[in-house]
Amino acid sequence: MAQAQRRRLFDPAIVRPAVADSFRKLDPRLQARNPVMFVVLAGAFLVTVLLVRDVVRGREVLFNLQIALWLWFTLLFANFAEAMAEGRGKAQAAALKRGRTETVARRLTKRGEESVPATALRKGDRVVVEAGDAIPGDGTVVEGIASVDESAITGESAPVIRESGGDRSAVTGGTRVLSDRIVVEITSNPGETFLDRMIALVEGATRQKTPNEIALSILLAGLTIIFLIATVTLRPFAIYAGGSASTPVLIALLVCLIPTTIGGLLSAIGIAGMDRVLQHNVLAMSGRAVEAAGDVNVLLLDKTGTITLGNRQATDFFHAPGVLPGDLAEAAQLSSLADETPEGRSIVVLAKEKFALRARRVEGMNFIPFSATTRMSGVDYNGRKIRKGAGDSVTAWVRSLGGDIDATVTDLLNRISAEGATPLLVSDGPRVMGVVALRDIVKAGMRDRFDRLRAMGIRTIMITGDNPLTASAIAREAGVDDFLAQATPEQKLALIRKEQEGGNLVAMTGDGTNDAPALAQADVGVAMNTGTQAAREAGNMVDLDSNPTKLIEVVEIGKQLLMTRGALTTFSIANDVAKYFAILPAMFAATYPVLNALNVMHLANPRSAILSAVIFNALIIIALVPLALRGVKYRPLGAARILARNLWIYGVGGILVPFIGIKLIDWIVVALHLA
Amino acid sequence: MTGRQVGELAVYFALIIAATPVLGAYMKRVFAGERTFLDPVLRPIERLTYRLCGVDAEKDQTWIEWTVAMLVVNAASLFLLYAFQRMQHWLPLNPNHFGAVSADSSWNTAVSFTTNTNWQGYSGESTMSHFTQMVGLAFHNFLSAATGIAIAVAVIRGVAREKAKGIGNFWFDCTRSILWILLPLSFLAALFFVSRGVVQNFQADVAVKTVEGAEQKIPQGPVASQEAIKELGTNGGGFFNANSGFPYENPTPGTNFAQMLLIFAIGGGLTSALGRMTGSEKHGWAVFAAMSLMFLAGAVAATVFEQRGNPIHQKAGVQALPTEGGTGGNMEGKEVRFGIGDSALFATVTTDASCGAVNAWHDSFTPLGGLVPLANIATGEVIFGGVGAGLYGIFVFIVLTVFIAGLMVGRTPEYLGKKIESHEVKLAMLSILILTLLILGFSAAAARLPAGLSSLNNKGPHGFTEILYAYESGAGNNGSAFAGLNANTPWYNVTLGLDMFFGRFFMLIPILGIAGSLAAKKKIPASAGTFPVTGPLFTVLLVGVIVIVGALTFFPAFSLGPVVEHLLMEAGAVF
Repeated sequence: MAQAQRRRLFDPAIVRPAVADSFRKLDPRLQARNPVMFVVLAGAFLVTVLLVRDVVRGREVLFNLQIALWLWFTLLFANFAEAMAEGRGKAQAAALKRGRTETVARRLTKRGEESVPATALRKGDRVVVEAGDAIPGDGTVVEGIASVDESAITGESAPVIRESGGDRSAVTGGTRVLSDRIVVEITSNPGETFLDRMIALVEGATRQKTPNEIALSILLAGLTIIFLIATVTLRPFAIYAGGSASTPVLIALLVCLIPTTIGGLLSAIGIAGMDRVLQHNVLAMSGRAVEAAGDVNVLLLDKTGTITLGNRQATDFFHAPGVLPGDLAEAAQLSSLADETPEGRSIVVLAKEKFALRARRVEGMNFIPFSATTRMSGVDYNGRKIRKGAGDSVTAWVRSLGGDIDATVTDLLNRISAEGATPLLVSDGPRVMGVVALRDIVKAGMRDRFDRLRAMGIRTIMITGDNPLTASAIAREAGVDDFLAQATPEQKLALIRKEQEGGNLVAMTGDGTNDAPALAQADVGVAMNTGTQAAREAGNMVDLDSNPTKLIEVVEIGKQLLMTRGALTTFSIANDVAKYFAILPAMFAATYPVLNALNVMHLANPRSAILSAVIFNALIIIALVPLALRGVKYRPLGAARILARNLWIYGVGGILVPFIGIKLIDWIVVALHLA
Repeated sequence: MTGRQVGELAVYFALIIAATPVLGAYMKRVFAGERTFLDPVLRPIERLTYRLCGVDAEKDQTWIEWTVAMLVVNAASLFLLYAFQRMQHWLPLNPNHFGAVSADSSWNTAVSFTTNTNWQGYSGESTMSHFTQMVGLAFHNFLSAATGIAIAVAVIRGVAREKAKGIGNFWFDCTRSILWILLPLSFLAALFFVSRGVVQNFQADVAVKTVEGAEQKIPQGPVASQEAIKELGTNGGGFFNANSGFPYENPTPGTNFAQMLLIFAIGGGLTSALGRMTGSEKHGWAVFAAMSLMFLAGAVAATVFEQRGNPIHQKAGVQALPTEGGTGGNMEGKEVRFGIGDSALFATVTTDASCGAVNAWHDSFTPLGGLVPLANIATGEVIFGGVGAGLYGIFVFIVLTVFIAGLMVGRTPEYLGKKIESHEVKLAMLSILILTLLILGFSAAAARLPAGLSSLNNKGPHGFTEILYAYESGAGNNGSAFAGLNANTPWYNVTLGLDMFFGRFFMLIPILGIAGSLAAKKKIPASAGTFPVTGPLFTVLLVGVIVIVGALTFFPAFSLGPVVEHLLMEAGAVF
């Protein structure tokens, strides 16, 4: 799948089968699903029948032949767009299928073990998997710990740890155990596994129209009927005027007016949207979920790992009165040299950065580890008793040694707590050296991202187990809009319900089993692939990279999908203006030569005018395939600015482009003596 | 345009702008059941009305209940008007002893007045008794206008409400429209008209001897009272066949100006009511601005083309430019006391709103001058529009605009917090589809069938325009006639009757359906990511959708009618 991300838009391996598929998709039963293209098919068929009749009668057929050909091309181009979008998914599915090898499972029975094919496994079976074996099906580790290679589904070659109990217990069929032995309880029947579903999804086999796509289809069908009425009634009007309107020309006009551009590209846009999500290594369970992501207006993000780096880190030394800053740093560093916790290591790093204190040899040091009763740690070294820990514990320790704590240091402790950071008091014997501040470090660029989200009208809410004080300090620093402190799974669920009650659509990420209810309740729930089976079942998307910030990209893809549909619809409808000016004067050139005043493009002759409009109408579909597959350019701006921008490009552009395009095609048609 | 024409348009438009928020605020109070200064007089009448009719005006009706109540009232009144016409020779107030009206004409007129079209296939002064005029026609002028306002209010409520089952109460909305809005305003207007010389009596025709010694019958009747509601309710059905061209209906440029104000008053006010009731006054003004843009474009175009006149005439020595004591331009079919400016503006106003009152013959306009009324009606009469009808008509386009453009901001489209989904799109398309089908379908039939063609007085593209105009006017519930077409034939009476009937009711049932479905939805709070339905961008978009989706469908038909006629005229062709 890693290769999929770099796949070129027109990869020959996808284009070739897509061309063949374009013809296969001419099947009327398939076309009937799309009313716009079905009308084109009916029109192409009718013109072809008339063509055959004219050939039999020995009439001149060059013009009608070209109309017929271009109508068929219109259909083929639309089919090609869809086939291209599907082809990209299929290529990925093929890569997945290669990973799905027939494995033999070692099923545990009451009497011991038996070997059965993986396909014979049912929910609730327990199997043993040892180093080198492929895991035969989706399941939960119930015994043991193992490192697992999940590259078959994630494309990520670094092995991951899977162990019984906790939030790292889910394993996926088709992945491979690299070390140790685990017992797995199977949680899905063959054919319903994650890999199976993934293949079905990327192949587009289970694709259903999304609500929004249905609404748009209705609009397009309605417009098609309106233009059908306008075209059909044109013949009586023409006869009244003492002229005539030939059926092929009327059909040409009809096909030009109905929204074939968006009609032809609609399904390709939807498939490509799913595909783009997949290229970000997120597996959406339905197109509806991707679409909902675009509508989201509240994002729930876990603090740890999403907004902040995983652990607290030392950020500042505050020395006590009468203590040299370097001395505080040295004491803090000494006390942390043997401290393997991330906090301890960060103190060593900070001392090195600020005071160029190099790490020393640890020999001769008697390290005092942290304990829950003393709530401090430290080192006894060269007769010095250096301690660091919670303010009150170290204060008590210093007092027991006959020292005392300065009021300014007490103030310092309170101030740092109030900022949401954690103060560590450092002492050397009875002497208070100062305070080390530990803080949550907000990931780089998060504030910027939240600003972008806010510009799009999306509120971010940080979820954390911290106390409200700490939470609010981090929330302020990260620039989120709101936070939920001391959050429990129940509170999280209640928050989602409350937001939904207020009309908002909520997206969240989660991995633990206790996240499952919230994931299910959220409109968009992205489960981490490393999460439990329960979480993966509850969400409507799975992030194979288990990167919680990915949610933001998913939202952007959802928006882009809707924008692409809207932009191409606008473009398609705006195109009609020019087509009227091309075809109408041509159509009535014989009856009312004065109507040539409407021929503002000065198209060479009536036939070339009609032909050019039809050719433009077909070619614009193929020209817009890359746009449909890639999506319109997305920028994190407010709705008003996005609208203004897209309106200029696709609305005003949609009116102007066909005037130029039809004129150019007219030159070529005339130059080639086609009309 | 001359300076006077520009000035008049500016003053007219300024007065409409001024009246809009005043009427909007008033209507909001009336339909919220809040206190108004008219309550002491009207509350007792309102309560009595409900008691006499035995209706429950308190209950919150679902959109289906609301619609059924509305249809029942309209159906009953339709049959009543049909009966009055067929039996008028047995009924009182018939000083001229007119006989029963023919069956097909009665059907046509009954539908016409019930649907607020007021297409007149008959000549009022020589067909209808005073009883039929007052009890039959004037009554419908009120009821059909009140129905329109009630629908608009119900639609606005649908947008404004949240998670609601109902959209209000038809009895309440309809009764209040009549008592609080239509009656007081038309009373004032009628008094003004009487003061300017519009007749108001129950007399039979007065026979006089002209200067040449010939006998002439001068028709009389309760004109002023009917005139006021004719404009205010955008009905347009005149007491006399010559409508607002007749001196007893519209004697002076002053009454003419007042009539134009009355036509736009409620349509404008409702945009403000939309803004106020949904809590977004800016949205109301954005809709008002969209309507205004189209109105001003039409008014300027009509005036310019009428003033420009006919080049064929000019070659023959007719003055195009206004001179001392002469108007110049195209004066055919226009009243001398109104001139070109007042006639062109009136034509624009009456077809923007689905009024249909006329003070000049649109048939005699220059081809492009005549295209303006034709195009106005083709928009679905959403430019201020018929009372209520303009608002609920533009509501359909708002839904489509929000849907098409709303997608472009990357969200499921929403209108003032309400999601626009497949159900709403389906109903909106249905109501647009029905108009296209009626207008083009009937026109196509009439253009091919001898029954349709035999009524034509003109050949060529002009005759075609006459047919097209008739069915547009019917389906759009405008009621103005391009004239030149003898519409009082069984074919036209029946088909135009169907045209008007379906054009009204088949269009508004889907719209009420949208209102019902929107009322039930929850409201999504507005944010920076919400599609803005305020401001110039939205206004331009709305106009774009109305022109491209609404009117462009008729472009082929227009090009075979007025457009080609204009080009032929420029080329010097005559028929």
